[in-house]
Amino acid sequence: MSQSDWRTYKPVLIPPVDNLHEIEVYRKQGGYEALKSVLTDKKRWADPKSVVDEVKAANIRGRGGAGFNAGLKWSFMPPADGGPRYLACNGDESEPGTFKDRKIFEYNPHLFIEGAVIAAYAMEITTIYVYIRGEYRPFIEMMRKAVQDAYKNGMLGKNILKSNFSVDMVVASGAGAYICGEETSMLESIEGKRGYPRVKPPFPAQKGLWGRPTTINNIETLSCVPLVIRNGADWFSSIGAKNHPGPLLYGISGHVNRPGVYELPSGVPVLELIEEVAGGMRNGKKLKAIIPGGSSTPILRADQLDGVTMDSDSLRTAGSMLGTSGMVVMDEDTDIVEVLWRISHFYHHESCGQCTPCRDGTGWLEKILLKIRNGDGETRDLDLLLDVTTQMEGRTICALADAAAWPVRYTITRFRDEFEARCKKSVHALV
Amino acid sequence: MTYEFTKEDLDRIESIKKEYPEVKATTLQVLWVAQDRFGHVDADVQRLVAATLELPEAHVHGVASFYTQYYKQKMGKHVLDVCTCLSCQLCGGYDILNHLEKKLGIKAGETTKDGMFSLQQVECLGACGYAPMLQVTNGEFVNHLTEEKVDHLLDKLRNGEDPEHEMMEMPLRKQKENP
Ligand SMILES: Cc1cc2nc3c(=O)[nH]c(=O)nc-3n(C[C@H](O)[C@H](O)[C@H](O)COP(=O)(O)O)c2cc1C
Ligand code: SF4
Ligand code: FES
Repeated sequence: MSQSDWRTYKPVLIPPVDNLHEIEVYRKQGGYEALKSVLTDKKRWADPKSVVDEVKAANIRGRGGAGFNAGLKWSFMPPADGGPRYLACNGDESEPGTFKDRKIFEYNPHLFIEGAVIAAYAMEITTIYVYIRGEYRPFIEMMRKAVQDAYKNGMLGKNILKSNFSVDMVVASGAGAYICGEETSMLESIEGKRGYPRVKPPFPAQKGLWGRPTTINNIETLSCVPLVIRNGADWFSSIGAKNHPGPLLYGISGHVNRPGVYELPSGVPVLELIEEVAGGMRNGKKLKAIIPGGSSTPILRADQLDGVTMDSDSLRTAGSMLGTSGMVVMDEDTDIVEVLWRISHFYHHESCGQCTPCRDGTGWLEKILLKIRNGDGETRDLDLLLDVTTQMEGRTICALADAAAWPVRYTITRFRDEFEARCKKSVHALV
Repeated sequence: MTYEFTKEDLDRIESIKKEYPEVKATTLQVLWVAQDRFGHVDADVQRLVAATLELPEAHVHGVASFYTQYYKQKMGKHVLDVCTCLSCQLCGGYDILNHLEKKLGIKAGETTKDGMFSLQQVECLGACGYAPMLQVTNGEFVNHLTEEKVDHLLDKLRNGEDPEHEMMEMPLRKQKENP
């Protein structure tokens, strides 16, 4: 059956099976068979590298935002030297508009655990850390229970499924800091410190947790792995958009009738997603704009959305990014100035403060936008804002500064008239 | 004030230590144990954590102050974290916050005189599709808020009842099974 047509698509990441979060139910559905195959079927999987190759061929593009091929990332791990090696699973999920990984914690935690253990086998990893944002306390507890059950069933710990492969899994709770979703900040946090992103290089594959080789993957990315092993790389890469294939969790929020997380193939047309999947616009209002994949991805006006699909290529052509595929929908009554000010407030609040362009830049963006929002801005402030974004982009330790700059740059260029309408005319325009 | 961990807390801390190659790494997790026990991690509690883990107080303080979820002072019995970030803003998060400010007679960042409620305005909590929403004392999420739902929640909390876990129905159940 083709899984490419979203209208007939059957979910595989969060399928509608009652009590799938229980390990017995998960196993009855064929759960942990992929892991068993990888660990025991030596004809199919000669060595760990064969697993890396299969995952690479499937082209699972990282679901944490950057979209990097997961298998390719795995292949950057240096050869094992007998010392500890780590997998750090990113469940920080703090980008506004993003609320998808929690569905996996809640509905299908063992799929994720199975994927992480397969990844650990493929990269000869000794300990898996699962970092979950502290606000997800209810989900953290669900994950801890699932991990315990996996240990009891011999899917974690020593000699998994009676093979000679052993790995441990630890669930670490964050405590409220968006920046800890940035991969090296997350490593600092797992090490029990303030979440200051690290300067790269060295990259985590060389020096990650406690200076040892470490791979970082998003929760949804790892949850795709058992599906690839079970059904093959070809099956996976035939789903959805060619260059960004596979099942995708779309988080849809804002002014639609049925907001929520929907699992569909990648590459669903934006307008169909809004109209048919999310039940259309609330109160019969007209669509004004969307933010396609979390608050840092550039906003798109309704008139820019014809034929645009939810995958990296199509969104890039349209002038945005897929990000975390958490789409925020805004209707015609939305005050764009107010929205941008709120986004800038968020990034200013979350800047860790290590780099001057980010610490000061996010502060300026918020301050100037607040002034405009309050009706005290001048048109030249808009150019000042654009100037500040130029001084922030690409000049910092991590990408938070870019994430803060993009929305300002693109919202102002795409809704300039609305910003100007809120500003007084400058007596002396900025030259 | 002097604080002490119970035997149960110390056991929990011992098992956390086994999960990490060095003690320092347990800092965040042990601060959680402390906050679960004492309701906050003020300077005295931070000192207890440092002493228990044999780590410098400056380190523990540095960590506690970096993360927003640790309460650095005593809070109300229930802490209401109202999200006003992007999706919640679009769906009326500020109205919910205003309603709570009026109902409780305090501003965001304050605690009611009877010590029952603290009110905070927070950034995205990862429940954007269920906006507007709030979280109760770093625990349960209360989704799809209306003024009535907020009033009902306040009554429940005053009566000593806990908010129950709202399992969010998967929308896909509706589009289940194509024959
Ligand atoms: C400021 C910032 C915040 C981030 N937050 C998250 C996050 O919450 N969850 C996540 O998976 N990735 C997040 N990322 C991306 C991670 O750094 C990293 O690319 C990702 O976890 C890698 O996993 P993937 O390749 O499977 O996507 C963030 C990046 C930046 C710069
Ligand atoms: S870019 Fe911002 S968040 Fe990232 S390290 Fe620099 S100051 Fe911190
Ligand atoms: S914006 Fe409020 S939960 Fe995400």
